[in-house]
Amino acid sequence: MDQNNLLLIILLPLIGSVLSYLVGTVVPAAAGWIATSISIVTFAFVFAFFKALPEGGVFDVQAFDWLSVATLKIPFALHFDALSAVMCLVITGVGSLIHLYSIEYMLKDESRPRFFAYLNLFLFAMLILVLGASLPVVFIGWEGVGLCSYLLIGFWHKNSEYASAGKKAFIVNRIGDVGFLLGMFLIFINFGTLDIAAINSSVATTQIVVGSAFLISLALFVGAVGKSAQIPLFVWLPDAMAGPTPVSALIHAATMVTAGIYLIARLHPLFELAPDLMVLITLIAALTAIVAAIIALTQNDIKKVLAYSTVSQLGFMFMAAGVGAYWVAIFHLVTHAFFKACLFLGAGSVIHSCHHEQDMRKMGGLLKSMKVTALTYGVATVAISGIAPFSGYYSKHAILESIAASQNYFFLPYASLVGYIATLTGFLTAFYMTRSFAMTFLGSYRGEHPPHESPWKMTLPLVVLALFALVSGLWFEHVLPEFLAPVLGPANLIAMDGIIGSILHSWVGIAGFLLALLFYTIWKDVPAKCAHLLSPLTTLSKNKFYFDEIYDFLIIRPLASFARFLWNSFDQGAVDFTVIMTAKSVDASGYIASRLQTGQLRLYALSMFVGALLLLTFYIVL
Amino acid sequence: MIPISYYLVLAAIVFFIGALGFVIRRNAIVVFMCLEMMLNAVNLTFVSFSQSLMDLHGQLAVFFVMVVAAAEAAIGLAIIIAVFRSVRSVETSDVGEMKH
Repeated sequence: MDQNNLLLIILLPLIGSVLSYLVGTVVPAAAGWIATSISIVTFAFVFAFFKALPEGGVFDVQAFDWLSVATLKIPFALHFDALSAVMCLVITGVGSLIHLYSIEYMLKDESRPRFFAYLNLFLFAMLILVLGASLPVVFIGWEGVGLCSYLLIGFWHKNSEYASAGKKAFIVNRIGDVGFLLGMFLIFINFGTLDIAAINSSVATTQIVVGSAFLISLALFVGAVGKSAQIPLFVWLPDAMAGPTPVSALIHAATMVTAGIYLIARLHPLFELAPDLMVLITLIAALTAIVAAIIALTQNDIKKVLAYSTVSQLGFMFMAAGVGAYWVAIFHLVTHAFFKACLFLGAGSVIHSCHHEQDMRKMGGLLKSMKVTALTYGVATVAISGIAPFSGYYSKHAILESIAASQNYFFLPYASLVGYIATLTGFLTAFYMTRSFAMTFLGSYRGEHPPHESPWKMTLPLVVLALFALVSGLWFEHVLPEFLAPVLGPANLIAMDGIIGSILHSWVGIAGFLLALLFYTIWKDVPAKCAHLLSPLTTLSKNKFYFDEIYDFLIIRPLASFARFLWNSFDQGAVDFTVIMTAKSVDASGYIASRLQTGQLRLYALSMFVGALLLLTFYIVL
Repeated sequence: MIPISYYLVLAAIVFFIGALGFVIRRNAIVVFMCLEMMLNAVNLTFVSFSQSLMDLHGQLAVFFVMVVAAAEAAIGLAIIIAVFRSVRSVETSDVGEMKH
């Protein structure tokens, strides 16, 4: 495989984006098929590269010199190694399935060409993000996916609520991006290069101030927090559910939001210079995981449950990254991509058949009418609950083991606390996901429109994803650590049990699963009693811990009133006043002068003579 | 030999009459005639000085003034006719359309 073909991987989706829009404006039905086939071809290319990749090897390709200023030289270069391979496979693999699904899901939307153009453009940006060989190239992708996310959240922009959800996502992400930029500046000051491989190899030899290692990692972590929706910047992700459901599956569950994990894994030698920051990462991740899980317990919008679940699962990944188990973080990223994409697409299938109803209280009993969707959603629910032999168990188990095995001196005091939080979150995850399954598919139907099963274009991706959600844990737990070892360092050994042992070990998930099943099918009055019993916590959960309100009060309102002050007193009072008064004084003096123009010829002649006489006297006298 | 001051005083008187008429009369044609009077008063001073200083430049200037006056008469009368056509009057006080 020629290395230069690497460029094709990123160029194909870009071409697909333009093509599907242009052809789509003429033949709207063609847009989806063009975008989907381009996506599948890209996946084939990625797969070919993956197969051709020698053990521990890399493919490097340099397209052109992008920036060259004094000592700063940034070529537009791509770097394909084991980590990029895994990410690319997930992006294009899951991406292709979601493209196929979208053909049916967006069938009745008249701006389909725009949708598929954005979707392919997202693939383009995301692939640059994971293939970039230097931080500025990664940053192109980083901003590109943010842009696509904004465009797709606000896809139905005629609804102003959706449009402002898009703006919120964009603005919150921008805060994180500032962190990323500052991190790049600091890296350039300390290392003199922005090439990722050069940074990682010179970490051991370059003498840098201890504090600046902390600062660099902190800045990059802020970037990761913004993109991967962790506390305190997670508020945009639940609102991002305003976008079409396939978008939520692709961008806001499987791929874009994992960019932060990728960044930490990619630059892990740098992060390891600041073990105290790693502890901060783990603690924030643990807090995010538990808070998001608690919020998810009381949500009634099926997509909101999944959104908070995503935030919580991203917390799990950051926990793994924070304790130095990078391959475990990537492992959970991959399994999560499968089961969460499956859950979102399942939710989309339900929403599609219930005529855009998202409230789970108006669903129920869909098992009878939507067997495939129910089955796949069920598989994914069990997988995310962490019940062996489904995939979620293996990655979550690996995370818990890594937390216990962490050798970070600064982390030791918190290790058991984080372990408990992770276990409790695992229980809550199983509970709220099973709750959503029970409310949607079990019991009797509470809606108005009769539901129907979705066509094959939607169920096929569901089945494929459910299959991967089922087997990927067992399959990858041995393959992934070896495969990623050249990039992420030797994997810490995780104690693996046999199937029976695993099932016994997944008691936390099983307990949550069974409890929720009982609560929402047989003991239907129990949830209300529990909610009443824990009323302060229920209020907190229902109001999403008042994050939006707190931000509104602390940041948005002061900022808005400051802006209003500047507008009223400075802009209108000073700037506008000066300009308007200048214009008015010119106008007034002009008015006075214009009174001289009477239209009487005699007066003009007289003033002419008087003037001439005055001049004459002036010259004669002087 | 009549002294030059006689001519100059006559020219001043004619010029003054012209100027006064220009300022106080309203009929555009009379205003126009006053203008011609002023020009001729100036012509008189030119030739007077030319004669007394024995310099032909003064006579030369008079020809220019006369040519300009002729051209002015042609255009000025045309303007007066055009104005009369549109406002039905040759009174200067009636023409004030373009004032502020």
